[in-house]
Amino acid sequence: MVLYDNQIFIGYRQNRRVSADTLRTARTTQYTSGGTRHALGIHGSADAGIGPLGQPASAARHAQYAALGISASHTVLSGDPQARRTVRTFPAHATPMSAAAQQRLPLPEPKARHLMSLAESLDGASLWWLSGYAAGLAQRAAVDAIPAISATDTQGEVRLSIVYGSQTGNAKRLAEQLARQVEGAGMTVRLLRADAYPLRELAKERLLYVVISTQGDGDPPDDARGFVDFLSGRRAPQLKALSFAVLGLGDSSYPQFCVIGQKLDARLAELGATRLFDMGTADLDIETVAEPWTRQALDSARSALQVPNIATNVTPLRPHAEPVESSWSPTHPFTAEVLANQRITADGSSKDVRHIELDLTDAGFDYEPGDALGVVPRNPPELVDAILDALHLDGGTRIASAGETHLLREWLSSKRELTRLSRPFVAALAARSGDTALRELLQPELGEALRALLADRQPIDLLQQHPVEWTGEQLLAALRPLAPRLYSIASSRAVVGDEVHLTVAHVEYATDAGTHWGAASHWLATRTEGETVEVYLERNERFRLPADTERDIIMIGPGTGVAPFRAFVQQRARFGARGRNWLFFGNPHFRSGFLYQVEWQTALKNGSLQRLDLAFSRDAQESLHRDVRTLVEPAPRKIYVQQRLREQARELFAWLESGAHLYVCGATSMARDVENTLRDVIVEHGARTPEAADEYLTDLRDSRRYARDVY
Amino acid sequence: MSEPSDLERIKRESRHLRGSLRESLANPVTGALNVDDVQLLKFHGGYQQDDRDVREARRLAKLEPDYSFFLRLRLPGGVLTPAQWLAMDATASRFGRRGIRLTTRQTIQVHGIEKRNLRAAAQAIHASGLDTIAACGDDNRNVVASVNPLLSRLHAQIYAQAQALSLHLRPQSRAWYETWLNEPPTDGTEAEPLLGDAYLPRKFKIGFAVPPENDIDVYSQDVGLVAIIENGELAGYDVLVGGGMGASHGDAKTYPRMASLIGFIASDQVTALAEAALTTQRDHGDRSERKHARFKYTVDDKGLDWIRVEIERRGGFALQPARAFEFTQRGERFGWREGEDGRWHLGLRIPFGRVHDKDGVTRQTGMHEIAKLLVEHSPDAQIRLTANQNAFVAGVPANLRERIDIITRQHDLALHRSETRFGLNAIACVALPTCGLAMAEAERWMPSFVPRVQALLDAHGLHDEPIDLRVRGCPNGCSRPYLAEIALIGKAPGRYNLMLGGDHRGQRMNALYRENIVESEILAELDALFTRFATERETGEHFGDFLVRAGVIAPPKAREATA
Repeated sequence: MVLYDNQIFIGYRQNRRVSADTLRTARTTQYTSGGTRHALGIHGSADAGIGPLGQPASAARHAQYAALGISASHTVLSGDPQARRTVRTFPAHATPMSAAAQQRLPLPEPKARHLMSLAESLDGASLWWLSGYAAGLAQRAAVDAIPAISATDTQGEVRLSIVYGSQTGNAKRLAEQLARQVEGAGMTVRLLRADAYPLRELAKERLLYVVISTQGDGDPPDDARGFVDFLSGRRAPQLKALSFAVLGLGDSSYPQFCVIGQKLDARLAELGATRLFDMGTADLDIETVAEPWTRQALDSARSALQVPNIATNVTPLRPHAEPVESSWSPTHPFTAEVLANQRITADGSSKDVRHIELDLTDAGFDYEPGDALGVVPRNPPELVDAILDALHLDGGTRIASAGETHLLREWLSSKRELTRLSRPFVAALAARSGDTALRELLQPELGEALRALLADRQPIDLLQQHPVEWTGEQLLAALRPLAPRLYSIASSRAVVGDEVHLTVAHVEYATDAGTHWGAASHWLATRTEGETVEVYLERNERFRLPADTERDIIMIGPGTGVAPFRAFVQQRARFGARGRNWLFFGNPHFRSGFLYQVEWQTALKNGSLQRLDLAFSRDAQESLHRDVRTLVEPAPRKIYVQQRLREQARELFAWLESGAHLYVCGATSMARDVENTLRDVIVEHGARTPEAADEYLTDLRDSRRYARDVY
Repeated sequence: MSEPSDLERIKRESRHLRGSLRESLANPVTGALNVDDVQLLKFHGGYQQDDRDVREARRLAKLEPDYSFFLRLRLPGGVLTPAQWLAMDATASRFGRRGIRLTTRQTIQVHGIEKRNLRAAAQAIHASGLDTIAACGDDNRNVVASVNPLLSRLHAQIYAQAQALSLHLRPQSRAWYETWLNEPPTDGTEAEPLLGDAYLPRKFKIGFAVPPENDIDVYSQDVGLVAIIENGELAGYDVLVGGGMGASHGDAKTYPRMASLIGFIASDQVTALAEAALTTQRDHGDRSERKHARFKYTVDDKGLDWIRVEIERRGGFALQPARAFEFTQRGERFGWREGEDGRWHLGLRIPFGRVHDKDGVTRQTGMHEIAKLLVEHSPDAQIRLTANQNAFVAGVPANLRERIDIITRQHDLALHRSETRFGLNAIACVALPTCGLAMAEAERWMPSFVPRVQALLDAHGLHDEPIDLRVRGCPNGCSRPYLAEIALIGKAPGRYNLMLGGDHRGQRMNALYRENIVESEILAELDALFTRFATERETGEHFGDFLVRAGVIAPPKAREATA
């Protein structure tokens, strides 16, 4: 099993990857004990099945909302305090609205006016009903929405809370898995995404598991920022009564491997909590660590909650039916035929970006815009040969490892990471070679140097540089298992039918030590029509079009970050969405790097794209030369999307104020710069302090109007 | 009268050439202009093109065609100061992709400018004291004038007339300044007294020739003015009207036509004469069928007598009887010559007008070095461009000759020392990949084709025979092919019509000899004809004259009435 959570992928100059949270949509997020089913958030008891809650959002299903509303009302009127709390997350309905309140509504005209006039005409009971109804709609629309709010009435009863922070879905998937097992064992458990965790309950918590990934340079996942900040800060309560355990996910090719998990693990202990067992730090081969950790977590929960072991056989009330596509997975991928492999950058571009079309006939992937496709690559044969040559190993040797036996060549071709260097590999090589320089690199104070090494070098470079003897077994043990790569899907199924389109930056560049490739991008770029690649679907519920098709959307996607927005615009056009679409795109050159140029031109013409702002960073643009002498030595100015955001600040802020959803896809560093720019925009045009602007962004994120898909 | 062509609508609605050019330039989503603006741009001296070699690849890549533009200077008489040359060199290097190109109308084109750089390029041009107004489009094109550097006083006189005429006939609209130089936009209601609100029906070309040289091909001009020198003084001009080279394959209504001599004018009547001819064409030219809109068709449709009377009426004077003149050559006199004022002039062969550092050839650097030297030591020297796409370094003090010679040897500019006369005189148009009209290669084919023909000449003992070769990617007239001794007119990729029998002074048109043939067939035909020419020619007889005398070619019936 080689799914991984973030930090991972494709670090430096690696190929296009995409985060994707893996909620299986039909899976609910509340687990109950002993067959007693608790209300799911605010709607619930009247709703005997999963009902509309678990299904993908679609504006076409308005009819179902009515039923949802009734159940919501039922719950709310029962006075469930959790329900009220949920309601408060939708501040617009708290009281009848004044004109000022209306202005603050994050709704476009005339919706705000409609809502206001409706609100003023209703009595208190109706307003309560409406609040629940609306909340239900919201939760219903956002499928993995804020599982928020446990409706357990188990005050006083010891239960397990599992909190996850996930960027690409792996932490979430593991947390869900664990929750299912715990529930199956008859224990009471609530599963919460970190940003939905009611922080003030932490002091009362007795048993807490945290599953959390680490992003690129040691950042928490977007959904766990608040949780990590709170725990790290002065407001964190003493937690003497708490027992806990942490599973960290990360990528050891980054120096800050699992640092967020470690930070939480240390901090919880510092706050007086009892560590039940050692933290797990899972690398790209997640299951290697996650499986034993999960087992231990289950056992520890059992003893902490004093549940007899026999409960394992209790069948949960709600079966966790996997949707069809889950039958395809990283270990059991679907074999898709390549329909097209087209370079879409022109001569003169330093980038080789491919538009890849795959045939998904019979795959049953009901993907949605925002989802990612996992690609199971094979390493370049040239690279496998180079490694065998460098180590004088025979690729025809049969080697058994972890219960599998393959020829060494096959191990290296399809089972091991050869294009990304990891810290453990450097450590193994340092140990074998006794090289002092390598050993020193592993010292914490040389983190920067190690980071540079991991970013610039591949295993083959180091193997050639430090010739020591390896057996095949030793080599396999030192290398990480080959992880699949995720690519944002660049097509709408509603438009392309049984196909899926990807936008792939082919990573292939010469170094002193030879050519470096990105495993999956090179694999894809070298597939020709009629050949096949192995793929699976990776959901990303956190990156979804607004269910309300009248909402405006702002898409910021430079480079291959534009991929999901091609899907967004296709989808919105197909379903006649009336909200406006605004795309920010950038690349080095207009002539050679304007990805999907003709399609955007068509979209602008036919009204499926309203605005397109472009930043071609290396097309230095001098608008005026009064003095011809300046021509000889022009001062080129690089222009990035952030500058366009600044130029459009007023309009951008107006869109946000009228309820637009904001999406960012692309490189982590770009997303950070964009966020800083957005903060400036909000400070300037929203007349806010920087802190308030941060809150504004946090609110956007919490209300699922600001989503990022970064790599 | 049938419907006016769509271009007439575009011109009329353009508010004197403004159209939506400013919006077109500001649109970042495409490298192209709005459709109508593509036409209007021509009046501003620009052409939108795309690299046809990569069209299909870009279509597959979901990219629009690789649009770029050329800007063409309005450069009457082809004269630049050395400083202006440096400015154009910088402009081309910074914004263009293929160096500087010398055209067959004595001007410069900078190709491969991306839309986003167009304004900056135009501003750089303007900053050096030049402009691109009316360099293309339905207006009075660049006024050409014989270079003849040996007669410096006469040249100065005629050059001044050419320049004044170019300015006088230029559009009066401020559109160029508003579009390119940030002059505040206006509503476009200024008067356009001469050209009118719809400008001319088609391009209009005026040229000054100074016998005995016909380097500008005066018979190909809409209005040709032949300087009559009497007792070393400019007495006035013989006037020719209705020349033009363009024709369409298979369209008998279109044809190349040599200009007709209609009389003589005094030199102070040039402006009135040009105005009269231009406004006659403005008012009587065909505005519905663009292929039939050149002045030559108006002349033939109305009759030469009618035209003469109309010009006299509008000019307010009577044409005098034409005076005698004689052309002896039209090719350049390459190499150094001393002028009457003791200054020296160097004729440089620039193959196909390409001043571009590429494939080891460093002519652009060489010209840059020469211009730099002149700026420092002889800023009043000139660089003069010829109608055969070559260049003169004119007005050089003797003491700079050696330093210039060193530069020419270092930078592939000394071809006159090595090339045969055949190689020195060959002309080709741009054609593929950028010209939208091209049906076959022209310029790109020449480096391989010319040596093959030269090899045939060598084989027949005709090594330094001055034979004119002109190659064209389409049947229009850019390289004045119909006046060449040998012309190849592109029909399809690799296929050409072989035209023969023009005369070497540009006074007789050629005629079709073989249609739609490929290179091997062309070479076989020429081989056979060279065999005959080598054995049967009379002393001093030129190839074109021989073909006519020998009956190989029947020259086309002269359309022009001789005055």
